[in-house]
Amino acid sequence: MSNEAVLHAHSGAHDGHGDHSHEHHHQSFISKYVFSQDHKMIAKQFLITGMVWAVLGGFMSVLFRLQLGYPDASFPWLETILGKWAKGGHITPEAYYALVTTHGTVLVFFVLTAGLSGTFANFLIPLQIGARDMASPFMNMLSYWFFFAASIVMLSSIFVETGPFSGGWTAYPPLSALGDASPGSKSGMDLWIVSMALFVVSSLLGGLNYIATVLNMRTKGMSMTRLPLTIWALFFTAVLGVLSFPVLFSGFILLIFDRNFGTSFYLSDIFINGVGALPNEGGSAILYQHLFWFLGHPEVYIILLPAMGMVSEILSVNSRKPIFGYMAMIGSLFAIAILAFLVWAHHMFVTGLNPLLGSVFVLLTLLIAVPSAIKVFNWLTTLWRGNIRFTPGMLFAIGFVSLFISGGLTGIWLGNSALDIHLHDTYFVIAHFHIVMGVASMFGMFAGIYHWFPKMYGRFMNNTLAYIHFWVTMAGAYMIFWPMHYEGLAGMPRRYYDYSIWESFKQFQGLNQFISLIAMIVFAVQFLFLFNFFYSIFKGRKVTTQNPWEANTLEWTTPIHPGHGNWPDEIPEVHRWAYDYGKDGVDFIPQTTPVGANESVEH
Amino acid sequence: MTIYLTIAVIILIFVVIFQISKASEYVSTLKGDEVSRKQNNKINGFLMVVFLVLGLIGVWYCNHVLFDKTLLAHDSASVEGARVDSMLWVTLAVTGIVFIGTQIVLFWFAYKYQEKENRKVFYFPHSNALEVLWTVVPAIALTVLVVIGLRNWFLFTGAPPQNAMQIEVTGKQFGWIFRYPGNDGAFGKKYYKNIDAATNSIGLIWDDQLTHDDVVTEQTMYVVKGKPVKLIIGSRDVIHDVGLSAFRLKMDAVPGIPTTMWFTPKYTTAEMKEITGNPNFVYEISCDQMCGNGHYSMKGIIEVVSQEDFDLWMAKQKPLYLSAFPDKDPENAKPAAVPAVAVKSATDVESTKPVKL
Repeated sequence: MSNEAVLHAHSGAHDGHGDHSHEHHHQSFISKYVFSQDHKMIAKQFLITGMVWAVLGGFMSVLFRLQLGYPDASFPWLETILGKWAKGGHITPEAYYALVTTHGTVLVFFVLTAGLSGTFANFLIPLQIGARDMASPFMNMLSYWFFFAASIVMLSSIFVETGPFSGGWTAYPPLSALGDASPGSKSGMDLWIVSMALFVVSSLLGGLNYIATVLNMRTKGMSMTRLPLTIWALFFTAVLGVLSFPVLFSGFILLIFDRNFGTSFYLSDIFINGVGALPNEGGSAILYQHLFWFLGHPEVYIILLPAMGMVSEILSVNSRKPIFGYMAMIGSLFAIAILAFLVWAHHMFVTGLNPLLGSVFVLLTLLIAVPSAIKVFNWLTTLWRGNIRFTPGMLFAIGFVSLFISGGLTGIWLGNSALDIHLHDTYFVIAHFHIVMGVASMFGMFAGIYHWFPKMYGRFMNNTLAYIHFWVTMAGAYMIFWPMHYEGLAGMPRRYYDYSIWESFKQFQGLNQFISLIAMIVFAVQFLFLFNFFYSIFKGRKVTTQNPWEANTLEWTTPIHPGHGNWPDEIPEVHRWAYDYGKDGVDFIPQTTPVGANESVEH
Repeated sequence: MTIYLTIAVIILIFVVIFQISKASEYVSTLKGDEVSRKQNNKINGFLMVVFLVLGLIGVWYCNHVLFDKTLLAHDSASVEGARVDSMLWVTLAVTGIVFIGTQIVLFWFAYKYQEKENRKVFYFPHSNALEVLWTVVPAIALTVLVVIGLRNWFLFTGAPPQNAMQIEVTGKQFGWIFRYPGNDGAFGKKYYKNIDAATNSIGLIWDDQLTHDDVVTEQTMYVVKGKPVKLIIGSRDVIHDVGLSAFRLKMDAVPGIPTTMWFTPKYTTAEMKEITGNPNFVYEISCDQMCGNGHYSMKGIIEVVSQEDFDLWMAKQKPLYLSAFPDKDPENAKPAAVPAVAVKSATDVESTKPVKL
């Protein structure tokens, strides 16, 4: 793997890690970079694996956008890389659906779950609560390696003869259960499901660890209400994952039984062309959807909450002002976490579910808009009368707020069942969730990377490249997804390979071409970021002060290159909350500073 | 060849951008980090306002170019769909105001409060009044939307009017099968194991007399203008979805679990051609649930016609029972008559009487 090479070379840049270490233990290459139990190294492993998947998943979207934008054009180079999946330079429907499915699966689970909370929960929890490592470093290591195994299995599914799974990332049976209904549901689906099972194990190992660490290992004085909002967000994320991933797993188990052992949990009354009537009777295809979305909706918040937490922290640090409404921020995170479990059926308004049940889910779904609104207004107020430094992290944090507003508001449309009946499974939905969950969380991730890169590698990333990266991505994201709302308002369905035969939808050919073009540009610009990231690990401007952003939180009290154990001496004691910026005219007061005699009492 | 050239050009552009970025870092180190940081801050602060202005213009322009291509440019084709549209406009008004307002505030604050020397930040950790304000106001706005939404929802999912006609819709990979109850007004029983792709596409049970006049067609469904129609929806294989964008409704087709949906068509297909100004206009049924590799081509057509035209069309349809058992067809009783009937139905010269049993 390339990340091993990268991490290996990285040793040259930072030999001397161990000198700062509390424990001074000798580490071999294997124990330091491969089977590492240091939370910081595991975080980097998650991050770099996530990046590899982001590039692959992003590239898949470029491929299927080529089909959507240029359905009549032939690209001979596609046949070179895809072989029989792009005969004559045209992506086949099989390949198109496989690309769409794999794009969705890896971006949602591997990039925005493992890559986001895997990276930042591992990196930030011990550093910001004042702990030497996770509650169980060994479990933490297993969590990464289960994720790695899941990655390998998913990757291998791309190369099987019948193709990878192609029934959409939600994998609804009967389509996903019956190999005869779709070639992608043959061995490609077996690998998909094994990969996802491994991923669930990884998530659970990680999540239990995060919860245990936050609850038990906070340093002296670090009460729960003094925690930075990043930690609160990551904590709720872990709780969501631990409570909902097992339900998804149960859904997968039943699916495995239906696929391989002749049970009928999801199957009933099925006649397949060329095969005939199947013996299965009495199952419910809708049961799977309940089990899937019982994870699937919390999953949205598993993706979003870490981004919210990091954005809260970064906005406050760079506005040089306390986050507005700290307790309300925790309260709204809590409300979102609770409501996340009570809204899953809004994905199922058109499955024929009981209308009364549907109405309850409308109410609960729209209720989520309240804590979301609180968060947005609190972020805006945090900026108000601040003294804003536009670091790259800050730009992405502001971009996150903008995207979260834009995508969140369309959730009010889709959560209202009578409107959803019209807009369900159209491009309106694609626009909605890509803006609010995909791009916004990606922005949160970028913000986190730019902000904590100096702590990760002891160097800065290049600012000019970061600014170009931000502005092009920001403008591009809106140009790609904003017009999709209009396609949705024309009723244009998702997951269509070709719209040219449809009188109702073919008027958007020009627009699709425009969107594909922008998507390719935005994808290309991400390489500026990747290059910046890897180049800066070795050659970036060196961090010379312990606390380059002048932040209050504990991670900036560690040495520039913290060793395993994080603090060479005693773990510092905490005396105040994390957001004393601009208090009594003082620019910032780190959490480790005792409360002065003349200090005003507020908070 | 062009592909390599393109890649080479892209790489070249990247190298240039990278070199400039590196140079700017050296320059900033020479100038002093603090000075260049402040310069960058000014540039980005300015870009915040630029983005806001260009973004709002872009939103307007996007609407200007694309609005006529959406369904909102014309009246809904169903009575119920008109309620979806009006609800959509109310929701748009509420969310639109919030969108414009918050985006302006966000980027304006970012510009206005960019770092300035001597600015003292306002230490403002919380305010109960403000927090209550923006808890209560969204809650009220949402309550209004929920009330409007649920009234429509219960109408759409409630029982159809008494005079509604019934059509059974069955999805299959990759097409649609429609069944009309025939003269007795009742559907006969079916069982999926009776399905025979050639003669009995939805598995009707012939022992049930009610099936004998059921008319089964494929791909095109006929409904009557102004008459509510209730669809009883099912699937033969995987999950499909009956997507009726012109009528603003959709409902999943689930194997083993029948679902229903009803609506009242407002305009005939011919009238809709005039309203949309598109001579090729047809009401299309799009499959809106991923159902396999042919998903994108799973199209059905709805013909909305007047009651007379519908009766004429229905009179021409032959129950599936008679196609499955040609010897039971009274018109086939006299062997000599067979060619004549075949010619008649093939040319549609005149309608045959509906068959009674």
